[in-house]
Amino acid sequence: MIGLKTIGRETSSRKANKGIERRDFLKISVAASGGLLIGFQFPAISALASAEQASAITFMPNAFVRIGTDERVTVIVNHSEMGQGVYTSLPMLLAEELDADWTKVGYESAPVDPKYNHPVFGMQITGGSSSVWSGLKQFREAGAAARAMLIAAAAQQWNVDATSCRTESGAVFNGLSRKLTYGQLVGAAAKLTPPAQVQLKDPKTYKLVGKPIKRLDTPEKLNGKAVFGIDVKLPGMLTAVIARPPIFGAKMKSFDDTRARSMPGVRKIAAVPSGVAVIADSFWQAKMARDVLRVEWDEGSMAAFSTNQMMQDFRERAKTPGKSVRKDGDSASALDNAARKIEAVYEVPYLSHLMMEPLNCVVDLRADSCEVWTGSQFQTVDRANAAKIAGLPNEKVQLHTTFLGGGFGRRANPQSDFVVEAVQVAKAAGVPVKVIWTREDDMAGGWYRPAFLHAIEGGIDESGNPVSWRSRLVGQSIMAGTPFAAMLMKGKDYDPASVEGVDDLPYAIPNVTVESHQAEIDVPVQWLRSVGHSHTAFAVECFVDELAGLAQKDPYRFRRALLQKQPRYLGVLDLAAQKAGWDKPLPKGMGRGIAVHFAFGSYSAHVAEVSVTDGKVRVHRMVCAIDCGEYVNPGIIAAQTEGGAIFGASAALFQELTFENGRLQQTNFHTFPVMRMNECPEIETHIVESNEKSGGIGEPGVPCAAPAIANAVFAATGKRIRRLPIRMTEAV
Amino acid sequence: MIGFSVNGKRVDLDVDPSTPLLWIIREQLGLTGTKYGCGMAQCGACTVHINGEAVRSCVAPVSRVAGKAVTTIEGLSPDLSHPLQRAWLEEDVPQCGYCQSGQLMSAAVLLREKPRPTDDDIDEAMTGNVCRCGTYPRIRRAIHRAAEIVAKEGAR
Repeated sequence: MIGLKTIGRETSSRKANKGIERRDFLKISVAASGGLLIGFQFPAISALASAEQASAITFMPNAFVRIGTDERVTVIVNHSEMGQGVYTSLPMLLAEELDADWTKVGYESAPVDPKYNHPVFGMQITGGSSSVWSGLKQFREAGAAARAMLIAAAAQQWNVDATSCRTESGAVFNGLSRKLTYGQLVGAAAKLTPPAQVQLKDPKTYKLVGKPIKRLDTPEKLNGKAVFGIDVKLPGMLTAVIARPPIFGAKMKSFDDTRARSMPGVRKIAAVPSGVAVIADSFWQAKMARDVLRVEWDEGSMAAFSTNQMMQDFRERAKTPGKSVRKDGDSASALDNAARKIEAVYEVPYLSHLMMEPLNCVVDLRADSCEVWTGSQFQTVDRANAAKIAGLPNEKVQLHTTFLGGGFGRRANPQSDFVVEAVQVAKAAGVPVKVIWTREDDMAGGWYRPAFLHAIEGGIDESGNPVSWRSRLVGQSIMAGTPFAAMLMKGKDYDPASVEGVDDLPYAIPNVTVESHQAEIDVPVQWLRSVGHSHTAFAVECFVDELAGLAQKDPYRFRRALLQKQPRYLGVLDLAAQKAGWDKPLPKGMGRGIAVHFAFGSYSAHVAEVSVTDGKVRVHRMVCAIDCGEYVNPGIIAAQTEGGAIFGASAALFQELTFENGRLQQTNFHTFPVMRMNECPEIETHIVESNEKSGGIGEPGVPCAAPAIANAVFAATGKRIRRLPIRMTEAV
Repeated sequence: MIGFSVNGKRVDLDVDPSTPLLWIIREQLGLTGTKYGCGMAQCGACTVHINGEAVRSCVAPVSRVAGKAVTTIEGLSPDLSHPLQRAWLEEDVPQCGYCQSGQLMSAAVLLREKPRPTDDDIDEAMTGNVCRCGTYPRIRRAIHRAAEIVAKEGAR
């Protein structure tokens, strides 16, 4: 069980691993921690706290690693584990340079501290598929520095030159007979000064990096021990469920809690800025009381909002020029002179992140401190926003990052909505409190992937070569009003996140115009896995197929011809086509579609095979090719690519949020479905071997799924898909 | 008082009998491996066994388990030795991990009833368990692998 997890409370973890009954284990935890029970088996309260706890016997040469006399190597990870494997891939980088014994390596979530900031984004955040590439230097250098100090400590002890020592699997060696394990060197190494510069390994000598190492966090995800935010329990904690407005922007006028107050277990009912909080002994009691609460809302300006009307407005708006994003040549006159032309309007709806773990947050607010436990992707911002509400300086607020039961961007909220609200509820409660959102609350809570419309027109010449392309987009801005707005929107009058993936249209087309209309609608929107690429790839890659159709060319070869100067696009395109057997005939009624896209530093191509029966699309197989440059763990890359394809396929086939009279029409998994086991295709992932700069992997698997499926539907039926989710009744 | 057993241990609870078993397990008994995902038997994250049958505990009132035996993920094995847990480890199945307790509990009933399940059997047994991360292909492989383990070593 070593390597399972490094836990601050050693006593409890060891006993737990011997299979002691959970209830006994709880008692032991309480005893071992002097009566303070925090969670059931929560990773160290914070890296700093546990370092202090055992400072006499640990070696912590930098913020990212701690080694104990027990040989355990704890890697402190500054990115949140939401399924993408960072609690494995980042420790791999550190352990590689440290020459650690991998079976002794564990992980811990970093506390909030500037030293754990994202080196590019300048704050603690998990997003943008950036954890691995941004940690490449940080984690390798941290491991190399620790290794250098352990070598120096051993060399001192043996009175030999450090350069005559070598390291392997958690020990320093000199000559044939001398060996000191890292655990034995902890005390001596801790007295040394970290080196100013370190030498990193030649990648050719890597033992861990580049191999499909099994995830470190799997064992605790198979026995119920992994602690997610929703699992955290504090002594004396109450649980709150909130009655939130049924319409965005609606305000509470009054509430009648006569009945709710008399319900069993209810401790307090209080107005909070987001609605009315029902605080009870347990979730179910709070929910039952919340459901009988009568709240009068001032419905506000969104009371008549309808997504049907909104899309109608988008269509009108797309008829007028938008802000210029890209202008190569003169697409208008090229279109006039084109031999053949085509236009198409693509539409995608609002989407919910729909993490399996609904939003939740635990807060212990005291007069001079505030502790927050939640699955956060945005620690710096969440802590600052919590501090503001708590009326405390940032340093008095500690945020503990638990496992995230899915994130997909929702847990990096620019306003920290679910954290801020929980601090407000804690203020009202006067005791530690856990706010749990029901699935319905979570779905209605906003911060969706914005709905978008792409109006595209293009033309080809006599030989079928595209000569003109014009894309006009209409949709809400995600970045406006976020901490990234200044950085990303500098000098631009449009939101780059709206147009990413069409602004860099890679095809050799001489005249390209991209224009953006920013829609102002009071529906809160946010980044959702692959952000703008989640819709731009669909529109662009479907339209490329339509142009190929116009030119009467094979969609794969049509793309190939236009990507001759784009070797990495070409690489994934060819790989996917080849592995899928692009030219192999399919049974009647089936079709094959292809798409290629660049996002978050990585190139991706998918080939989908589908059949359509009685208007129902079934995806049988997806072949994915990915080029993410230099990579760390191909097993995790395959998992993320498979998962990304399924995430994209769910959106393509099933998902749509709609509003009528300001009210969301979908509530739960039955009305906003996710792909299930019986609908899941066979998926293969093929990785391009590459020495290029490392790119992302959490998101690049998503964008190609929808266009590859839509293009396959065309191949199967001759009908074009221009709106998601795919409905054959709307196909043209 | 409602009396039942959880993972082999007798419990007697003075609770509202209409409370869903899920919340009793999580909040009263502190067994948080069983997860809340939808509250309406749509996602399967809350799957437990009642007398050996896979049940969505979010819609099962606790009164339903009076006198019965409940098994949660914590009771699947004391040491990750269940063939499914071993297969899940070998196939590196979980991503975020939130749905995996429910996946395992559904798969455990499938494997007991059909020691060599076909893909159709897997579809039928596992379609009620949603995974937003998209681990289905690995879950399918892991169930087949667990079946091989059972075939080789005999059922537990």
